[in-house]
Amino acid sequence: MVAEGVSAPPKLRLHDVTVTFRARHGALVPAIERLSLDVADREIVSIVGPSGCGKSTLLRLVAGLVRPSSGEIRLDGHVVAEPGADRGMVFQSYTLFPWLTVQGNVEFGPRLRGMPDRHCRDVASRFIQIVGLAGFERAYPKELSGGMMQRVAIARALANDPEVLLMDEPCGALDAQTRVFMQELLLDIWETTPKTILFVTHDIDEALFLGDRVYVMTARPGRLRDEVVLALPCPRTLEVETSEAFLAAKRRVLAMIREEAQRTTPEPSRLRA
Amino acid sequence: MRRPGRRYVSLARTGPIARRPRGPLSEVLRPQEAIPRRTYLRILTASAAALVAVWCVLTYGRLVAPLFLPSPTAVLAAGVAMAQDGTLLQHAQASLLVIVSGWALAVLAGVPVGVLMGSFKAVEALIEPVVDFVRYLPVSALIPLLILYIGIGPAEKIAVIFIGTFFQLVLLVADVAAHVPHEQLDVAYTLGASRGQVIRRVLLPATLPGVMDTLRITMGWAWTYLVVAELVSADRGLGFMILDSMRGLFTDRIFVGLAVIGGLGLCFDLLFKWLHRVLLPWSPKA
Repeated sequence: MVAEGVSAPPKLRLHDVTVTFRARHGALVPAIERLSLDVADREIVSIVGPSGCGKSTLLRLVAGLVRPSSGEIRLDGHVVAEPGADRGMVFQSYTLFPWLTVQGNVEFGPRLRGMPDRHCRDVASRFIQIVGLAGFERAYPKELSGGMMQRVAIARALANDPEVLLMDEPCGALDAQTRVFMQELLLDIWETTPKTILFVTHDIDEALFLGDRVYVMTARPGRLRDEVVLALPCPRTLEVETSEAFLAAKRRVLAMIREEAQRTTPEPSRLRA
Repeated sequence: MRRPGRRYVSLARTGPIARRPRGPLSEVLRPQEAIPRRTYLRILTASAAALVAVWCVLTYGRLVAPLFLPSPTAVLAAGVAMAQDGTLLQHAQASLLVIVSGWALAVLAGVPVGVLMGSFKAVEALIEPVVDFVRYLPVSALIPLLILYIGIGPAEKIAVIFIGTFFQLVLLVADVAAHVPHEQLDVAYTLGASRGQVIRRVLLPATLPGVMDTLRITMGWAWTYLVVAELVSADRGLGFMILDSMRGLFTDRIFVGLAVIGGLGLCFDLLFKWLHRVLLPWSPKA
């Protein structure tokens, strides 16, 4: 899981990307400003940042759901212009299709491409197995817990065999125990089916635990501050969260976030004046 | 949140609440709290029985003249007589034919238009002026015009129900379509769906529970339009039957008509709820 050499071309490259939205009253609001990021093949890059800093916009950019105002995004050297099956996304909210069973949800992608029934079933059952939901193939989303729904959403994204997996706080709505379970599950899945993953979260521990590299994103307009590279052992277990290397990295991230907060919010003395 | 009732009992024993004795009424009247099914059924039966009791006291006790409120036995006898000579069935059939055809036509036309209006801002801009104007126009105000155009036959009543239902249906369905979670469409795009596939495989199925609810609600309104249309001009139908009974001061027959309309409405409501459960078992409301 170590970043590849400088000579290897990046799997995913964001080059000098700016996104501006037009607000209701016509003013231009920058959501992301001149952001550049390279992600190597099979690398996990996490991005931490406060709410509303443009983390989700960053993922939606790569997914092709949002167009950059300037700059470009390249996947394997090709410019990203619209959404495609090569960039799978897992959202924070529960986005399962309620009218489809677990199986129907997971095989949604292969079916779109007109794969034969047999193939769809095999792919679906394989990924349902991987996320530990064997036996729930015929259940509807309304019968599942939040953690189970997110596992189905991950299986659905993986069953489509994307080049890049974009994860927008997939554990954000889950309770602490389920979240820890999901984080370990994600790494397990990565061991068996390694993907290039861009992972966005506001949870520092989660970002450090999952990411090979961690970026802190600044509040509006969103930019990436310096990266924190981790050299954590693989396969990882939750014990690393108490290791010295992990805590040192956490201190660095916290220091960056504090700096950011001081830069963007007025100081108490100024408030009093 | 539905929590088992027993928990409160044990809490009440240990907590400070225990000092204040609480009657069964206070146990039942907790806002938004579930009550045992048996209690629910008891209250339901008591309410229905009380209604019938009041009716009996008022009529058998001769507190109200039979002209204004006939006794239960009189209404029952009138109902049996009308069922036997076939008039009840004839009027009910005429009404059902009109209401079902008018409503079905409105559904066939209104659901697609509503989905388009809720999904595409361009379509919304295109039809909003018409719909917004007509929705505030009571359909009863159009009856004279419809009689002038179509006459007083069943076609006119079907038109009344169609117009009354169609515009409300379009707006309700448009609202349903507009509230399909945007993330569901986005996730389909990231799974490689084309625009057409997103519409067919995500947008349309996602609207089904809401559309089903809309069908049920508009069917209820259609009964109102039907009776209004039949009161204005008709030679058959349940609304006509009520009006005709009034002319002869047959109050018992009026009550039979009301009971049949209420009963049929209830049947339709139950039918739609059953269909929702059977056709859309995945729906959170099923």
